[in-house]
Amino acid sequence: MTPTDTTQPPDQPFPLARSCPFTEPEPYTRLREQQPVSKVRLRGGEQAWWVSGYAEARAVLADRRFSSDRRKDGYPNPNGDPRFRERFRTQPPPMVSLDGTEHAAVRRSVLGEFTLERLSALRPRIQQIVDRFIDEMPACDSRPVDLVQALSLPVPSLVICELLGVPYEDHDCFQSRTAAMTRRTVPPAERLRAFDELQACLAALLTRKESEPGDDLLSRQIAQQREQGAVDHARLLSTATGLLVAGHETTANMITLGVLALLEHPGQRALLTEDPGSTPAAVEELLRFFSIGDTVIARVATEDVRVGGVTIKANEGVIVSVLSANRDPAAFDDPAELNPTRAARHHISFGYGPHQCLGQNLARLELRIVFDTLFRRIPGLRLAVPVDEIPLKTDATVYGAHELPVTW
Amino acid sequence: MRVEADTETCVGSGRCVLTEPAVFDQDDDGIVVLLTDRPAGRAAARARQAASLCPSRALRLMEP
Repeated sequence: MTPTDTTQPPDQPFPLARSCPFTEPEPYTRLREQQPVSKVRLRGGEQAWWVSGYAEARAVLADRRFSSDRRKDGYPNPNGDPRFRERFRTQPPPMVSLDGTEHAAVRRSVLGEFTLERLSALRPRIQQIVDRFIDEMPACDSRPVDLVQALSLPVPSLVICELLGVPYEDHDCFQSRTAAMTRRTVPPAERLRAFDELQACLAALLTRKESEPGDDLLSRQIAQQREQGAVDHARLLSTATGLLVAGHETTANMITLGVLALLEHPGQRALLTEDPGSTPAAVEELLRFFSIGDTVIARVATEDVRVGGVTIKANEGVIVSVLSANRDPAAFDDPAELNPTRAARHHISFGYGPHQCLGQNLARLELRIVFDTLFRRIPGLRLAVPVDEIPLKTDATVYGAHELPVTW
Repeated sequence: MRVEADTETCVGSGRCVLTEPAVFDQDDDGIVVLLTDRPAGRAAARARQAASLCPSRALRLMEP
């Protein structure tokens, strides 16, 4: 079903290409000012509501009358690869697609893995991983080096592999598949195959963990399920895939864009290297500024809901623009400015409401360690190409850069 | 000021603990634990911030 309100013609296309990493697409400012909940036309031709105001975005995401169930009619699909969508129909719904008590039960089963205390215990190991990949950066005769392949991707990939309990000899299987799934030069059919192969790797790993448990997340999940009666393989596979995929490319893109921004703003970079205590606030600001998940947060109304001056009818789809909400002057002064000293913690880059990112504090930890370590260890780091030659993920589901050539 | 935390609604984002660790903690399952329900001074101000950041709106503040 499509929106029926006629306050605005639904000809605004969404998503829009993000051709500049530092500015929001031109229509955002105008749309947000005129109508914080307006209508857009998605790539597949369907219409959806588009929420661009900060207060309205939080109102929608906290309101349980909006469902996250992507199998429901009306759930919008802004990035629409229907083949990936079909996969979701044939498997148990991932955590992000569950509502209410069903969602709470699954989330609570893994929540204990992401407490601040547990994450704090991971800090030294994450530091080692970051140091190792910086150590392995090539000597000067093979520079420039692509930071995406040298640091941005391998750090979160190894961190999540170790957390899940993927043994060292299987890392290649996971890293090559996750890399293939996110690389634009890989054709769609091959990316889909990489996804299936990744699931096969994970399924085999889960079977092994059942007979040879280790000190890792997946083994603990198996033990927890046994205590409750029986091991739910499909649920475990879905959780493992979700954690691996969600915790991987997102963090990688934030590393890449964060480094890019700090290289382009030497004053702010100096701030970080002079006072590591300023890094947490800078990380929040970078998360707000780039809002890499601008097109990924969607809901479908389960009943008529009044928000932002319009009525969203039951079965109508809603997309919450993280980037627009995070650039709303009602919530952030001078929102177009990158200001690492501002109080930006109320951004919605990890979403808001019951689905707010489960791994957000792991991501924060990884980003802090990477930014602190990289600029301290390679103070002469600089872009190897002009900033406008960096290939950006203008049309990807999660924003980022395909490559970041750097030298020093 | 008095604080109430709804452990049923809590989704374990940890935002409150990061904002004011003198008032909020997490149990082993990631669910909010109140260290005091009557914060004062700066802790009260930070508890207000925590309530506004809480993604599941699990924190309730009752001003005197």
